[in-house]
Parts: sequence; structure tokens; C-alpha cells
Amino acid sequence: MWTRFRSSGALRSLATWDAAIIAATVLFLLIAAQSVEHFGTARNAGHLVIDLAPVLLLALVMTLIVMTGEIDLSVASTVGLTSAAMGVMWNAGVSLETIMPLAVLLGAVLGAVNGLFITGFGLPSLAVTIGTLALYRGLSYVLLGDTAVADWPRNFTGWTLGTIGESGIPNLLIPMAILAAAFAVLLHATTWGRSIYAAGANPIAAAYSGVAVRRLKFWLYVGSGAMAGLVGVLWTLRYSSARADNAYGLELTVVAVVLLGGVSIFGGKGALPGVLAAVVLLTAVQNALRLAHVSTEALTVVTGSLLIVAVLAPNLISSAGEALRARRRRTA
Amino acid sequence: MTTVADAPDQTPSAGTGSTALDLILRFRALGLLLALAALIVITASVNPRFLGAQSIRDLLFAAAVTVLLAAGMTVVVLTRGIDLSVGSTLGLSAYLTATALSSGTPVPLALLVGIGAGAACGAVNGAIVHFGKVPPLVATLGTLYVFRGIVYFTAGGSRVNASDLPRGFLDFGSGAVLGVPYLFIISALVLAAVAVFLSDYRAGRDLYALGSNPEAARQTGLPAGRRLMTAYVLCGALAGLGGVLYAARFGTVDASAGYGMELNIVAAVVVGGVAIFGGSGTVLGAGLGALLLTVISNALPVLRIDQFWQQAIVGALILAAIALDRLVGLRAARALRRKASHVD
Repeated sequence: MWTRFRSSGALRSLATWDAAIIAATVLFLLIAAQSVEHFGTARNAGHLVIDLAPVLLLALVMTLIVMTGEIDLSVASTVGLTSAAMGVMWNAGVSLETIMPLAVLLGAVLGAVNGLFITGFGLPSLAVTIGTLALYRGLSYVLLGDTAVADWPRNFTGWTLGTIGESGIPNLLIPMAILAAAFAVLLHATTWGRSIYAAGANPIAAAYSGVAVRRLKFWLYVGSGAMAGLVGVLWTLRYSSARADNAYGLELTVVAVVLLGGVSIFGGKGALPGVLAAVVLLTAVQNALRLAHVSTEALTVVTGSLLIVAVLAPNLISSAGEALRARRRRTA
Repeated sequence: MTTVADAPDQTPSAGTGSTALDLILRFRALGLLLALAALIVITASVNPRFLGAQSIRDLLFAAAVTVLLAAGMTVVVLTRGIDLSVGSTLGLSAYLTATALSSGTPVPLALLVGIGAGAACGAVNGAIVHFGKVPPLVATLGTLYVFRGIVYFTAGGSRVNASDLPRGFLDFGSGAVLGVPYLFIISALVLAAVAVFLSDYRAGRDLYALGSNPEAARQTGLPAGRRLMTAYVLCGALAGLGGVLYAARFGTVDASAGYGMELNIVAAVVVGGVAIFGGSGTVLGAGLGALLLTVISNALPVLRIDQFWQQAIVGALILAAIALDRLVGLRAARALRRKASHVD
């Protein structure tokens, strides 16, 4: 079924977008390794993998959500709130082994709140998640104020930055690869995954062919929240700091990579390989600019521009193609 | 839902058909006034000084910029759009205005610089949305970061201090007549002008039409592109004017001016009853929403509630407002169906 899908006209342009973004990523890595000092070292490659973990994990679920034609702008605030809650629990003397599953559970509950407002009350996901973006971030400030909890056990924080033996391969790479592969299989090779495309491309047609669109979306939001909870755990341990402003503004980067990866903001179109390439590309660009001593503020210009270009470029290409066809018709 | 909810806007004096709906929609402004009154009474009973001249003046100072930006945001939201870049636009305009003034540019020219910078930002947004066919959310989320990045580029770590600005400009910024700050008077006048534009001018009415049914609006030959550009440029220009007021009020301007402000503005507009899916709402409601948010943030310290609660309250208000809109919309639709069955 997948091959037939691919050869259909609508998706052919997308397959080339996928290929283009992967090619651009490889090209950038090669050029940066040549021209930016320290970029190509094994040490920096390890840092790069650790740096892209939060965006990658959040982008996996965000891809599915955008694919259904919805959006979740509250992910970064959910990361912040779970991180703040971890800090409060740790201060209260709860063990880290208990805190970690509770943080993921809290994330799932916060995601379920989004899902309830969106699928239960039928409210626009954009407005709901702008609301919870403010609400969850506000609650993290209520929990921790402007203080930080930093006394996390070394063996845990060390693991997030550590490598497997002497190999130089970051510990994080294995779980990240497993999760990414699992999501790719889920989306591209299962009925459930295909129903996400259906729900995004035409929700009414999907509903009539037996897809429980609302239930599907609800669980996607629960999944998005749980993943944000997991990232909250990761973020807290990686920086060894639970703060209310953790992951502030990260939702922009996540949405940017999903759109740059070729997922249509209107839903129904896209594929995971493009998104994974976009995650690597964006993180590598930021990493290279930082190594080249470009200020962190300049990085926001890059992310913002890439976000716009990611949506603008396919639109311009398709309208240019249309103009060309129209002219050909006129001359014929 | 939106098409039903904005029926009264298109037929303001249609008598029988819209009275029930009119009441429900007017209820929003009434509800906002009641909430404002309740909040003020409670806060004043905790500390009577909340109603003192100084306290009210502080409140109006704080409200001036929010009201102004809410008016601009309303215009964009009416067209089914959103402008998340207003905070960054304000920052850019405030910094450029302050820099121009500190290098000796006369005030009227600096004012033009500020408004012009804002209008240019708005034009960029409008062009990306209209010509690039990029959804407004994505376009302005991108320019939020691009515009802010530009401010950081030009400002670096430096800032303009109050001592660098002309005396008269700062006096105007802190001045008041009969206890009402000049800045608030400007905002109120602009709000009134936008209200008249939206209700009495063809271009203004077109924005409602575009928002409630873009397809139909285009079919009737309405110049959709020009109207969209007008909306975004107006929103940007008002954010630019907001930047000038910001500079006048604070005197000290650095690259972070207006950071994160977009959330409050979206909250003010949504709480003020402007439907996020366009076509319905008034600029007066948005102004009341802005006023309510300002009163809340000024009342928190008086009520001895931690200032850290403010953002959480903003978020909760957005959720409550859109849920309420949905409820009102559903009730209105049911009422219309009942009426229709009577006619049959």
C-alpha cells in the first residue's frame, strides 16, 4: 500500500521534499565538518546527539499531531511544569526512582487536559494550547518561583551525558534510535498509523471509514504530554537543574522541524524520515553557529526564518509550477 | 459556529431575528464589566488605597500599551488571523524610537520612525500570509523570533537610558490630565477610531466578512488581499505606536522590551469576546479584556497573591473564554434551529 501511495501524484512532490531535506542535511554536515573548527570531532558529534534529544523526542509525537491537522503549542510548557514538579518532589524527599514515572504520568495528565478541551469540547487546538502554554508555564512558576533545584544524584545526571564504555557513543543514542524507529513503524506500517493520515487528509471520510477520529486525537495529546514529561525528566537530569523556565520557547523549534521536515500544517501529508533529517539539520546549524561564535540571539533569527521558509518554499514552488502549466496551456 | 455567532454583526438592526443573540453577545461586555467591578470591589475592600488616585493612575499607565495592542490584534483576529509577533514588533519600534531620540531626532520624526517600523513589520507578516499563503500562526511565530533577533542584532547588549531622551518626551510619558495619563488618552482615542473603522467603514466591515466566510467574501468580489494587508499593517503600526508609548513611559529601553507580551494580548482579545476563528467580536470588548487583565495583575500584590500566579491566571482565562464562546455558540445555534422550526 505504501508504494502505491508514494507513486500517487500528490505525494510524489513530498517524496522529493523528503529527499531534498535529507540531502541538505548531509551536505550541511559535510561542509560544516570542513569549514567550522571542532565541528567534525567525535566529541562534538556526541554533544550534538545529546543536544538534539529533546527536540527529536517532542518532534516524534508533534509529527503525528500536525499530521491530523492539529497542533500542540504547550509541549515546552509541559516540559517546564514536569521539571518544576520534579524539583518540588525531590525537595520533599521522594526518591528519584519514584519521581521519574510520576513525571511522565503528570505529563500524560497535562496532555489529557489538552485532549479533553480539544476533542471533548470541540475547541480549536491552536487556542487551547496557547492557553495551556501560558497556564502550564505559569503553574511551574507557582511551584518553583525563580528558584532552582540542583542537587540531583550524580549517577543519574552523569548517565545523560555519558557514553557507552569507551566507544564515544552517547548513552542517549540507543533509546532515541529505538523510539524513532518505533514511531516510524507505527506511522508508516500499521493501520493505526495510516488512520492518522486519513484523519488529517479528510476527517469526515475517515470517520465514515471507521476511524474514531476524536479518540485518536485524544490519545495523541496524551502521548504528546507523556513524551513532554519524559523530556522533562531528561532535561532536568541533563542540566542537573529543575527550573520553572526550563525548555522555554522550545515549542517553536519543535514545530519548525516538523514543518521543515515536510509535514503539511493542514494535515494529512508528511513522513517521519524528513522530520528526523530536519531535527539533525536544525540542531547542527545551531551547533555550528555556536562553534563559530555567533551569538545565541542570532540563532532565533535562523530558527524563525527556517520555520517560515519551510512552509513558504513548497507553496511558492507549487504556485510557480501552476503558473508554468497555465502558460503552457496558453501557448498550446 | 462562527457563522452563527456573527449573525448580529452583519444584520445589526434585523429586529426579531437577532435580539436573543444580541443579548447573549452583549452579555460578554456586560460580563466583563461585572467581573471588573467585582474584582475592584474585592481588592478595594482588602486595601482601600487600591482606589486611590495614584493607584488608578498606575493602572491606566499599565493598561495604555495593552489596550493599544489589543485593538490591533482584534483587527487581525477578525480575519481568522493571529499576530504573535506584536511583542517583538513593539520591542523593535521602542528601541528604534529611543535610539533616534537619543541621537537628537525631533520627537514627531521619531514617532514616525516607531510607527513606520511597526507598519513595516506588519507588512512583512501580511505579505507572508497573503502572498506566501503561510498560515498566520506559523508566519507570525516565525517573525516573532526574526524581529526579536533583529532587535538583538542592532542593540547588542546596549540600551538607551532615560537620561539620553529629551525631557519633553519623558514628561509627556509620565504626564496626566485630571489623573488620566496622556498615554492612556492616546490609547483610548485610537481604540475609538478603530471601533469606528470596524463598524462604519466598508473596509472594516469587509474584515468581518473575510473572517466569517473567506470563500464567500472573495466570491462577492471583495479585495481580500488588500484587506488582509490593511489588517496586518494596522496591527503592526499600532504595535509600533505601542513601542513609542513604551519608550515614553519607561525611558530605559533595551533589546528585551515587550518580551513575551503577545500572550497577554491574545488573552485580552480572546477574553474580550473576539472569536479566535474570526468574523465575530468588537474592539471595545478587546479593550475591556485588556483592562481586566491589567486590573488582575495590579490587584495580585494587593490581595497578597504571589506575582508568579499571573501567567497561570492568563492561561486559565484564555481557556475559560474559548470554552464560554463555544457554549454561547452552541446555545445560539440551538435557538436559531428552534426559531427556524417555528417558521416552518
